Amino acid sequence: MLYRESGQFKTSYKADMAIFPIRQDRWGVIAVLILAVVIVPLGASEHVIVGYLTPFLIWSIAAIGLNLLTGYAGQLSLGHGAFMAVGAYSAYNLSIRVPDLPLLGVFIIAGLITAAFGVLVGSPSLRIKGFYLAVATLAAQFFTEWVFATFPWFVGGAMSMVIDTPAMTLFGYPIVSSLDNYFLVLGFLIVMTLLAKNLVRSEIGRAWMAIRDMDVAAEVIGIRPLYTKLSAFAVSSFFAGIAGALYAFCYVKSVDFTAFDLFVSLKVLFMVILGGMGSILGSFLGAAFIVILPILLNVVAHELTGGQVSANLITNIEHMIFGGLIVYFLIVEPHGLARMWMTAKEKMRLWPFPH
Amino acid sequence: MNEFVFVMEVLIAGLLSGVMYSLVALGFVLIFKASGVFNFAQGAMVLFAALTFARFLEMGINFWLAAAIALVIMMVMAIVIERVMLRPLVAQPVIILFMATIGLNYFLEGMAQAVWDSQVHALELGIEDVPWEWVMDTTGMLVSLFDVWAAVICGVLVLVLAFFFQKGRIGRALRAVADDNQAAMSVGIPLQMIWAIVWATAGIVALVAGALWGQRLGVQFSISLVALKALPVLILGGFNSIAGAIIGGLIIGASEKLAEVYLGPIIGGGIEAWFAYFIAMLFLMIRPHGLFGEELIERV
Repeated sequence: MLYRESGQFKTSYKADMAIFPIRQDRWGVIAVLILAVVIVPLGASEHVIVGYLTPFLIWSIAAIGLNLLTGYAGQLSLGHGAFMAVGAYSAYNLSIRVPDLPLLGVFIIAGLITAAFGVLVGSPSLRIKGFYLAVATLAAQFFTEWVFATFPWFVGGAMSMVIDTPAMTLFGYPIVSSLDNYFLVLGFLIVMTLLAKNLVRSEIGRAWMAIRDMDVAAEVIGIRPLYTKLSAFAVSSFFAGIAGALYAFCYVKSVDFTAFDLFVSLKVLFMVILGGMGSILGSFLGAAFIVILPILLNVVAHELTGGQVSANLITNIEHMIFGGLIVYFLIVEPHGLARMWMTAKEKMRLWPFPH
Repeated sequence: MNEFVFVMEVLIAGLLSGVMYSLVALGFVLIFKASGVFNFAQGAMVLFAALTFARFLEMGINFWLAAAIALVIMMVMAIVIERVMLRPLVAQPVIILFMATIGLNYFLEGMAQAVWDSQVHALELGIEDVPWEWVMDTTGMLVSLFDVWAAVICGVLVLVLAFFFQKGRIGRALRAVADDNQAAMSVGIPLQMIWAIVWATAGIVALVAGALWGQRLGVQFSISLVALKALPVLILGGFNSIAGAIIGGLIIGASEKLAEVYLGPIIGGGIEAWFAYFIAMLFLMIRPHGLFGEELIERV
């Protein structure tokens, strides 16, 4: 009843090609935007913004990036932690070594550097496929960890490997409070989501999907595999690089390569798979799930045990539950949370008169 | 001459440590061959097996009895995994199964350390990690006796597995399933049972690998990361070749040790973290399915 597109006629090509063709979707998006921009900053506590929302938004960017690569272009990557690390370190070095560069320039150039790195890592994808490629991208993961651990140049010659990020100013406005950081991340997220959503609706997005579905067939109908695969890697690592830079600058406020290890790569992959491959909305749902779940488990565990059981045991049991829940979700809905949402929408469309 | 002896020594040490990688890679290959699942949880299985074994030994149980108990536990675990995780996921895309094994990885790691604990446990197999005197006297090379034993054990294990795969009803069924899941099922081979057998075998391999690595490194969480060292071996040899796992292990082990000695000082230490991957990538550029991996013929 509420969610039904009957009566919404498209009278122009423009309306037909709109990013959200259904009116209810448009309202929904506007409602979410109002929630994120107006209500959350007014209502949410400092703790919620710093601890939950900012990381959720940053991980969403990373998850969208990997979803473009894995969900749309069908190339499996276990190196997104490395891409995030490259983004974070590039942003740090740019802001230290080129002091005149404005903040947005720092982030965008850091993203572009990561994109170049991503193309390099992705270049074997022309020859290597499937899990062989996944393991090959692991090489990037370990290589970057080693590079950042070995060469002090990347941290400006500092002896300590963990360094604080410099202060940020955006158009003369200093970004200090947690709310400032939240808005900066949110701004990036909105622009990049729009970018991703439009990319996948455009020629290049269709080329990615063709390559994903069957790369030989795609090649036969005239899609260039080299350009298509590498552009997917470039765009995906651009997203990951910006996410990594934001993670370092706006969330942990320090640059540290140990924060971007293999398990970060796996975490982003989980967001994509649990959220739903080939769905931008799924990336958000997956990121929310993976960010919130461990915090929730932690809170519940501490509530239940009342601090009487050793922290070590609790951590291990949390790991068990986390792993178990992931397997459970994969069994219940292998297509991810986005598919659940689709099913719900179908139901709503017929409600209250299902066949 | 001295230089030559040194090179040989490094080479042999590398080959022998490569055998240790092969042992872990073998577990991956077995499961991939039979079910097409890239089992990320192999490292956690190694940890779980080694920890179980070490803790039973610490309780003062006889060595062989402890080994048998650990073996049975690994088999039961395989059956449970098949029942609870693999069966509902039949016919899902491989990436879903892959993600499920990562979930399993978290679960097993958590369980291993929750049931036992996260301390470092010493594991004594009764083989001393000392230079082999006979070799030292005759050639002047330092070759660890423990490494040689590990190689022998690995060799025996591979022979047993090869025999198991070649002979008998189950061997034939295993090869049929490895060849084509659906065709095997259509001629009446119980796929689920075969999977349980394969996972149990991988569990046994994990136990052997865990015991050997456990004596070397001490049984603790970091032992599960050994699996990451086995991945380059795996892609170099090919995901579905037992021989590939062995030869890949030898190549990786030898080149890694040589690189550590000759290349390490030039470009900064610690290159063993990624050098194996680098070698594997070089091989993949020429043979994209690994040295012995099954080549996929793509049709449109």
